[in-house]
Amino acid sequence: MTETAIEFRGVVKRYGEAVAVAGIDLTIAKGELVTFLGPSGCGKTTSLRLIAGLELPSEGQVLIAGRDVSRDPASARNVGMVFQSYALFPHMSVLDNVAYGPVIRGTKRPAARARAAEILDQVGLSGLHQRLPSELSGGQQQRVAVARAIVQQPDVILFDEPLSNVDAKLRRKVREEIRSLQRRFGLTAVYVTHDQEEALAVSDRIVVMQQGRIAQIGTPADLYERPASPFIADFIGDANLIAGHVAQGRFTAPGLSLDVPGPEGQAMLSLRPERIGLDPGGPDLIASATYLGSRIEYGIQTPAGDLLVSRPITETPLPVGTRVHLRIDPKDASRVA
Amino acid sequence: MSGVDARRIGLVWSGLLLLAVLLLPWFKGGGGSALTQALEGRVWLMPLVAIGGGLALLSAMARDWRIHPAGAVLVGAGLVWLILQGFAIGLRGPAIAGLETLLPASAAGQPGFGWGAWIAGIALIGALADLLAGRGFCRGERFAALSIIGIVAALSLFVFFPILRLVATAFVAADGTVSLAPFAARLTAPELWATRCLTGAGRCGVVINSVILGVLSATLATALGLALALLVARTDFRLKRLLRALSILPIITPPFVVGVAIIVLFGRTGIVTVELAELMGIRPTRWIYGLPGILMAQVLAFAPVTFLVILSALEAINPTLEEASTTLGARPVTTFRRVTWPLLRPALAAAFLLAFIESLSDFGNPIVLGGSYDVLSTRIFFAVVGAQYDLGHAATLSLILLALTVGAFWVQQRWVGRASYVTVTGKSDAGLTAAVPPLVKWAAIAAVVPFVVFTTGIYAIVLVGGFVGDIARMDLTPTIAHVWTAFSFEITDRGVQLFGSAWNSMITTLWVSALSAPLTMGIGILTAWLITRQDFTGKRLFEFGTLLSFAVPGTVVGVSYIAAFNVPPIDITGTLWILVICFVFRNMAVGMRAGVAALAQIDRSMEEASQTMGAGGGRVMVDVVLPLIKPAIFTALVYAFVTAMTAVSAVIFLVSARHNMATAYIMGRVENGEFALAIAYSTVLMLVMMACIALMNLGIGRRKLGRRSALSKGKAT
Repeated sequence: MTETAIEFRGVVKRYGEAVAVAGIDLTIAKGELVTFLGPSGCGKTTSLRLIAGLELPSEGQVLIAGRDVSRDPASARNVGMVFQSYALFPHMSVLDNVAYGPVIRGTKRPAARARAAEILDQVGLSGLHQRLPSELSGGQQQRVAVARAIVQQPDVILFDEPLSNVDAKLRRKVREEIRSLQRRFGLTAVYVTHDQEEALAVSDRIVVMQQGRIAQIGTPADLYERPASPFIADFIGDANLIAGHVAQGRFTAPGLSLDVPGPEGQAMLSLRPERIGLDPGGPDLIASATYLGSRIEYGIQTPAGDLLVSRPITETPLPVGTRVHLRIDPKDASRVA
Repeated sequence: MSGVDARRIGLVWSGLLLLAVLLLPWFKGGGGSALTQALEGRVWLMPLVAIGGGLALLSAMARDWRIHPAGAVLVGAGLVWLILQGFAIGLRGPAIAGLETLLPASAAGQPGFGWGAWIAGIALIGALADLLAGRGFCRGERFAALSIIGIVAALSLFVFFPILRLVATAFVAADGTVSLAPFAARLTAPELWATRCLTGAGRCGVVINSVILGVLSATLATALGLALALLVARTDFRLKRLLRALSILPIITPPFVVGVAIIVLFGRTGIVTVELAELMGIRPTRWIYGLPGILMAQVLAFAPVTFLVILSALEAINPTLEEASTTLGARPVTTFRRVTWPLLRPALAAAFLLAFIESLSDFGNPIVLGGSYDVLSTRIFFAVVGAQYDLGHAATLSLILLALTVGAFWVQQRWVGRASYVTVTGKSDAGLTAAVPPLVKWAAIAAVVPFVVFTTGIYAIVLVGGFVGDIARMDLTPTIAHVWTAFSFEITDRGVQLFGSAWNSMITTLWVSALSAPLTMGIGILTAWLITRQDFTGKRLFEFGTLLSFAVPGTVVGVSYIAAFNVPPIDITGTLWILVICFVFRNMAVGMRAGVAALAQIDRSMEEASQTMGAGGGRVMVDVVLPLIKPAIFTALVYAFVTAMTAVSAVIFLVSARHNMATAYIMGRVENGEFALAIAYSTVLMLVMMACIALMNLGIGRRKLGRRSALSKGKAT
């Protein structure tokens, strides 16, 4: 896991006046699956296309397998890409779609077809080789796209929102397929999504982007449990953000006081809704309760503001209007500002 | 791209450049290479030889010549020097005074560019494109960079340079001196701007005549186009298919033939005129010659164009808008007036401007039917071809014409282009289109029926006229004498001998069309691809430049080509190539539009997928783009071919005794009053065109089969 597959060095991408990527430094290790996550317009797709060579950086360098490829067009890099729309060639059979890359790179057609057939069998598409893409289901089309991207043993495989065209029901399954393929072939993968849940599920590491910059890099657990900023806390999962200040190792906000060590002064805490316990009797009021099957979400009015609390359905439900006391373990609070 | 590749590419271009300067004849008409010419005294060619050597050395030695500062210097200097020396020293000596003291050999002048100079130019442009790609232009894609630089160079040379020369020519007085005075005098001449005809006190100036004709013709053609479109799209009118078919005819109709048919029908001794005289005693006159005749012919020719523009707008209107209006309680007339009509207005304006441009550019109809009604295009023609040859005068008139058409084009692009209400959103627009109110329907039928009758009459004349004794005098004895005059041949033991007077022009026409059609299509589709798929600096300008070539009237192109290409360094008048080049750059805009429309339908990530799998731009084109836009390719090819077969306005200036074209030949026959021969030739031309279109259809269709069979071969493995 120590060998570097991809490196961004001070990468900037501008379109005229607009800045899509505003200076990124990043290292991705070999065999790792890294997700670029962020709201639309944050520069995540542009960053992916910079790796592919479909865009060239305005400043800085992109290195793949230790080689500076900043000025190389896509055709001169060894990357595989799975497009949002799959981008299968409608006028070629499934087999020819997958054999296309090897043929371009100089493999003789029969050998390329044999190699393509092998990969297609490995992704579970044996028997569909002669079909046209339009004759496949969405899930099958996606597997062809993946097969096509990995057939040339690329230095890195890129996924551009690969689940956005998959039925909601199928997403979990496809997601797991992608992850297991990536592990099986030992591929370095970069994955773009705007769906935080998807990112948490597939990634080794997540790069959260905001306005062309990296907001935080970390494992899914890092990001969820130790968000570095209010933006991250809010973007990954649900968060209660409470403004207050820290003095002598204690955080205080109206009606709330917690042991939080750290620099003194203005502060903001992030509290996950499921980490707050509710005890009947107390200063705070249940203003709403929403039944969600596996859990109940309460809206609580407190002097520090309205808080969201999520309790498993296995706990006794509390009716709206109940006075409650909030039970918070200081370990569950992360300071985000 | 790795350093090895850059070296190879650099050596290819510099090798080509060295070949051009060391071995190929530099000047037109043969002779020595640049090196031998330079050693014999034309020393100004030596820097080009040196640059070729320098570039070869640099690409062999440097790690990457494209990024090396010397690369840019060498390529830039090479291009600038090539152009400068070409223009600085003309056929009869230096164009700049005092140059002969510096370079004594320049006093003898130099001929135009030959193979060597052309290849050197291509090599330098190729090197420039690769140099820019190496520095990140077009995301480093060589193919795209080459295409853009190549097309820009070609457009500059064959569209903008001639027009600049035209502007310069307008300032040249009869004695050859250059000043503002002759231009000002020509520009303000009363014969251009007089408005006496408006007050009924005489004739108008030629500019006013042209504008009056343009406005009337565009108004009538738009109205007729609207009527046709409404009938086809929004009624249950029975003859829809017939209307569509009739609307295609003018596209393959050679010029003059409609004019001739109108004369045969309505001329002083025309069929209808004589009948009317006998039946009702109406005295035959020459009323058809002038505005009425031109107008009649132009409306017939342009209505199909306006029809197609309006029809596509009508079909793009989201039916739910009209349904919404109905559910809100509007009667059909109100819906039409308040919803449909406002949505159509941009298309009507676009159709009007298009017809206006076409009318001003039209040469064939005014020359046959104009009589004493002079318009700009005919006046330009006579200023070049007529007794008082005056290129300066022709250039001035051309600039006025150009200002009018480009102005109209600009208005269309800016104003109408922005106002278009696109109601196709990609969301479901299920719903039934509203039928037009009965009143509107009957008005449309009233407008269309005369059009249909008239067109049928005209084409009956065209169909019959070539194969009967004398159609103009109603001598209907069948004969092939006219066809035989044009196309007689004899089969002897030495093979087929062609005697007919038209063979020469027919063969040239076929050659020129066959050469220019694929080139036109290729450059048009390539341009479309660049515009839809590439982002590069100056793209907006590039796009406007390519579209602009569409708005330059053929007459203007003809005059500007004479002004630009009659003298060195680019001395190509009188060759077959000037005809081919002329067609390629006049018609590329249509291929481009077909390509843009087709490419807009295709997900660009398919091309990106191909790139990430290692395909360069050219490969992406061949493997992915072209197979997916085959219909557009076919359209562009057919259009380019047909236009080359039937164009007249630019060609008339560029034909030579050796390379005559069919349309020019037909014009000669019309001028001599040999109507039957002209009609016969036109009919043959139309038949040949249809046969060629069928052949192209077959060819492109077969290529598709070829791919299928490649797939089925794959099944065996």
